[in-house]
Amino acid sequence: MTPEKKKSGWKSLPIGGVVLEPGSSLKYRTGDWKAFRPFVTKEKCVNCLICWIYCPDAAIVRKEKFVEVNYDYCKGCGICAVECPKEAIAMVDEQQ
Amino acid sequence: MTVVGLTGDEAVAYAVKQSKVDVVAAYPITPQTIIVERFSKYVADGEVQTEYVCVESEHSALSACVGASLTGARVFTASSSQGLALMHEMLYIASGLRCPIVMGVANRALSAPINIHGDHSDMMGSRDSGWVQIYVENSQEAYDWTLQAFKLAEHGDVQLPVSVNLDGFILSHLLEGVDVLEDGAVSEFLRLRKPLFTLDPDKPITVGALCLPDYYFEFKRQQVEAMQKVPKVLASLNKEYREVTGREYGVLETFGMEDAEAAILCLGSTAGTARAVAQKLRGEGKKVGVIKLWLYRPFPVEDIIEATRRVKALAVLDKAVSFGAPYGAVCSDVVSALHTVSERPRVFNVIYGLGGRDIEPSDVEFIFGEALKTAEAGVVKEPVMFLGVRE
Repeated sequence: MTPEKKKSGWKSLPIGGVVLEPGSSLKYRTGDWKAFRPFVTKEKCVNCLICWIYCPDAAIVRKEKFVEVNYDYCKGCGICAVECPKEAIAMVDEQQ
Repeated sequence: MTVVGLTGDEAVAYAVKQSKVDVVAAYPITPQTIIVERFSKYVADGEVQTEYVCVESEHSALSACVGASLTGARVFTASSSQGLALMHEMLYIASGLRCPIVMGVANRALSAPINIHGDHSDMMGSRDSGWVQIYVENSQEAYDWTLQAFKLAEHGDVQLPVSVNLDGFILSHLLEGVDVLEDGAVSEFLRLRKPLFTLDPDKPITVGALCLPDYYFEFKRQQVEAMQKVPKVLASLNKEYREVTGREYGVLETFGMEDAEAAILCLGSTAGTARAVAQKLRGEGKKVGVIKLWLYRPFPVEDIIEATRRVKALAVLDKAVSFGAPYGAVCSDVVSALHTVSERPRVFNVIYGLGGRDIEPSDVEFIFGEALKTAEAGVVKEPVMFLGVRE
């Protein structure tokens, strides 16, 4: 999911692994790490935001009446599905 | 110039004082303690403006040094033996993040059994950690190399940590006359550090970021390159230092190698004994010589090939043992360095001085005798010899 680009060689990279651009971690889309994808059933969601608090990757997106998942950064840990008091989040195999 | 009486440790501390170091974080350990003890006195007496960080361990000491160095500060620490071993993890962080920290290491044996005396086991155990390693012969060299170490470490083409190694007790606690520079001359030689990056809120950077298989290798390659640039940078700053002091330095120093048939290659204080014995033997008509390595990492391959071009037998002295290896660390490197040369000397290894066991002139004379016999026979009888160990 991380956009492909030509990687720099050792001669042009800043030494010591220093990253000169702030906030560049956003470019590293870790969403392709996941084996299971959280699926939100909007009808069941009461917008309590417990998942939003628990998500270690800040991948839960707040909407007015329910939550959504930012699949670009969700690593599929499943914490949201476990913590959801309404069983509104199910973990679905990425292969499906 | 002024001559003052300084032990090896004190000579390092004096040089650090004159280097206008911004931050020192260290933890005491024999036989290094005097370095930081003297330096803390300079701080307490207001002779330096250094931020002296008291920490609870060597691991923390080097961690604090890494942080300080990344802000752009000039940083120094010192350690020995178990202390250096405890720093081991951070040694790689310092070199990997390209922190030009200078560390004085008063070399000491590693436990167990517990021993506080000098051998090279500590730094040899860290030889792959990406630190430049310099070994000194006396207090004068400890002073001179500490000043030069900062300039080397901080050079734009290098940006690597440097260790200045002095033999525990033999040098760390030995009082000698040291020719020191005036403070102004040191400031002239060693200008303020010009860091490549600093911590600046207006120009935020990330250091110590995660680096996975797609980039890690490239940063290691950069470190290799920086190491390879050391000899060239060193040659230029050694020349500059000679112009200030009249004292000649390089990657190695030779004695009698122009016509020697048998020679000893060693590091540190042993070189003094070897040279004195070589001088005596040469007076008796024996063609012997000495190669003293100042620079051990990066290993000066070309210079060693050049220095051993005419010699028939070479005894390489290791003051540390590399268990299970074919030779001690220095000898392994010498053998590797020479393997591409078709007309190369017969090399054998002498492991000596472990746990601070003294090496006497008579021992050196014995080694020269073995080397001369090897030169004559053209074959190595005993590839690795453990000098003076009881059966």
